[in-house]
Amino acid sequence: MSQHPIEILRFNTCGSVDDGKSTLIGRLLYDSKSLMEDQLEALQRSADITGGGQVNLANLTDGLRAEREQGITIDVAYRYFATPKRKFIVADTPGHVQYTRNMVTGASTANLSVVLVDARLGVIEQTRRHSYIAALLGIPHIVFAINKMDLVDWSEERFLEIRENIEAYLPRLDVLKDVKFIPMSALNGDNVVELSKNTPWYQGPALLGHLETVHIASDWNLNAFRLPVQWVNRPNNPRDQKLHDFRGLSGQIAGGIVKVGQEVRILPSGLKSKVKQIWTYDGELEEAFCPQSVTLVLEDDIDVSRGDMIVGMEKLPGKNSELHARICWMHPKALAPGRKYFVKHGTQTVQAMVTSIDHKINIQTYEVEPAPAELAMNDIGEIRLRVSKPLIYDGYRANRLTGSFILIEQGTNHTVGAGMLHAPLEPVKPEYDDFAI
Amino acid sequence: MKSYHLDHLQYLETEAIHVMREVAAEFERPALLFSGGKDSICLLRLAEKAFRPADIPMPFLNVETGHEFPELLEFRDRRAKELGAKLIVRSVDQAVANGTAVLTKSEISRNRMQIPVLLGAIEEYRFDCCIGGARRDEEKARAKERFFSFRDGFGQWDPKNQRPELWNLYNARLNGGENMRVFPLSNWTEMDVWEYIKREQLEVPNIYFSHTRECFFRAGQWLPVPPPHTDPTTPDPFEGARPGKEPRKTMVCRVRTIADMISTGMLESPATSIDDIIGEISAARVTERGSRADDKASEAAMEDRKKQGYF
Repeated sequence: MSQHPIEILRFNTCGSVDDGKSTLIGRLLYDSKSLMEDQLEALQRSADITGGGQVNLANLTDGLRAEREQGITIDVAYRYFATPKRKFIVADTPGHVQYTRNMVTGASTANLSVVLVDARLGVIEQTRRHSYIAALLGIPHIVFAINKMDLVDWSEERFLEIRENIEAYLPRLDVLKDVKFIPMSALNGDNVVELSKNTPWYQGPALLGHLETVHIASDWNLNAFRLPVQWVNRPNNPRDQKLHDFRGLSGQIAGGIVKVGQEVRILPSGLKSKVKQIWTYDGELEEAFCPQSVTLVLEDDIDVSRGDMIVGMEKLPGKNSELHARICWMHPKALAPGRKYFVKHGTQTVQAMVTSIDHKINIQTYEVEPAPAELAMNDIGEIRLRVSKPLIYDGYRANRLTGSFILIEQGTNHTVGAGMLHAPLEPVKPEYDDFAI
Repeated sequence: MKSYHLDHLQYLETEAIHVMREVAAEFERPALLFSGGKDSICLLRLAEKAFRPADIPMPFLNVETGHEFPELLEFRDRRAKELGAKLIVRSVDQAVANGTAVLTKSEISRNRMQIPVLLGAIEEYRFDCCIGGARRDEEKARAKERFFSFRDGFGQWDPKNQRPELWNLYNARLNGGENMRVFPLSNWTEMDVWEYIKREQLEVPNIYFSHTRECFFRAGQWLPVPPPHTDPTTPDPFEGARPGKEPRKTMVCRVRTIADMISTGMLESPATSIDDIIGEISAARVTERGSRADDKASEAAMEDRKKQGYF
């Protein structure tokens, strides 16, 4: 550990073309001195040439020729900045046609989502759409940045009205744990980095202050131990007896905490063993937690391979080959029942067939269309799947890592869908409960 | 109360280790691109962390332009040996000699020439995956890069048609002839790299530290004067890259980023330790790539090279 542990906060920004998203990110980068002179010069140059003097911060990451020529952003761009308190990774997603697919991608790894709302327009379809995706992806923290407050004369009534409108529909979404509303003018910098004199009625922090202090340590699941086995470490070193017999199970802990001496179960086999050693390059650990990458050595020499999951004895996951999931479709070729795909879940890939589409969700109105014939690109719906080998999984609400999967098209190998599993109806019942080695 | 959270370097480290183990598990014939530069030095430590106590289950690969800093090559060979890894080196000169690459008279830099050499090595060894040290914060065309970046049968990158990447689930599936470039340091910044080098006490080539060197001024930057050509029976590899009438001076300088000798601008600097370097980067007002001639060729220089199969 360094003397001043600095955490990384990952957030995404959601907004449409004119709501000041670029301006907001630009201000965060500029005010945290993360924009360099050569970048500013390059921006200035492109502004003089193509922008009629208007600096367009999107040019910072819209680095591809097609993007510059067409003035569009192709997909998720990641930007990095730091303050003395935290480091930030921003997933910036464009606001055009493929919006849902891109936002879902950017949101999948985010701790926090900033949803921009134009104070003049209030809640529009896009606001509802952005809120829905943030909730769908289980982002623990959400900030509604009520922007362009200068254009509504810094009216507290207007701010409260928009806030009420948003709070009115939030209960229809999955639980959003931590919701903040911040009145703002990104253009002038009010409540972005510094608190604004224009909002004496606002008691909360400026956006950056919130980003620097919001509690994210508990965003990872620390309740139920899960280690999807990624790689079996077998040095097979004939020169060193200790290494010759070493058999480690490597992976990134996807939930909970593990301790030396603890009893664990291997799934799907159900076999029990004890943790003999938590091996890392930096020395053995007494305990390890999500999302550390470790190598476990068990007391017993039992058959464990990639795709298996090592779990604690309590709070067992589910096991099923019939799955029920919410899905975001990401490919021009639509999803239809009967099609076969690969599912990559944790560290294993299995074959899957879509058995039915239960419904499609209109993410602007939150209305549900039952039993659609297919899901097109950017559609979100509920599907049922049958997989060739039972998955060991948790509900996405309980664990974002063991509750998520991607669908891969057979043949082309395109990633075509992002799935979030519903909680299993019952925990796995290990068959060999009394079977001791 | 015990706190269960990771600081920024620990987070980036566990993410990168996870990516490296996915490579070892999902590919049959991966390789790790190791140049001896600061980013690939971090990759080596991450590989140790991912795979020890076993051997690192992949060879190292480096593509030489023939214009390398000698200090870098010495460091590269020594590190590979220390780690007990197999180091494969393929060079532009070899490729020219056996006819798989042709030098362009008008283009002194052999940067682009690395592309056919790299693709040749991938074909020769049937590598299905190459791990590289590229970072998204380095350059605009890299900001849209994936951790697992798909390349078609010609080694080409299609930025408009990339696989979406969600959670920590990486789609590693390939058909025959296709391959993957994997970038475990995608989310690292230049500062993270140096902070990691400091924390892990990693050795770096001495040209990252301040030293005295003769330089000449060309195309807006101070370039190192190449070593003298001593063997008159062979062609001078630095032909055209030697100083003419340009201004020259002896500088106290170092490199911030390393390409080869003819495209790495030297930075006047008194930095003699990792702490000095970190201090210098915190105060820097230009980006790392500001000193790379290979990126200045045009706005889309990196994009064009990447589409053709560059690192």
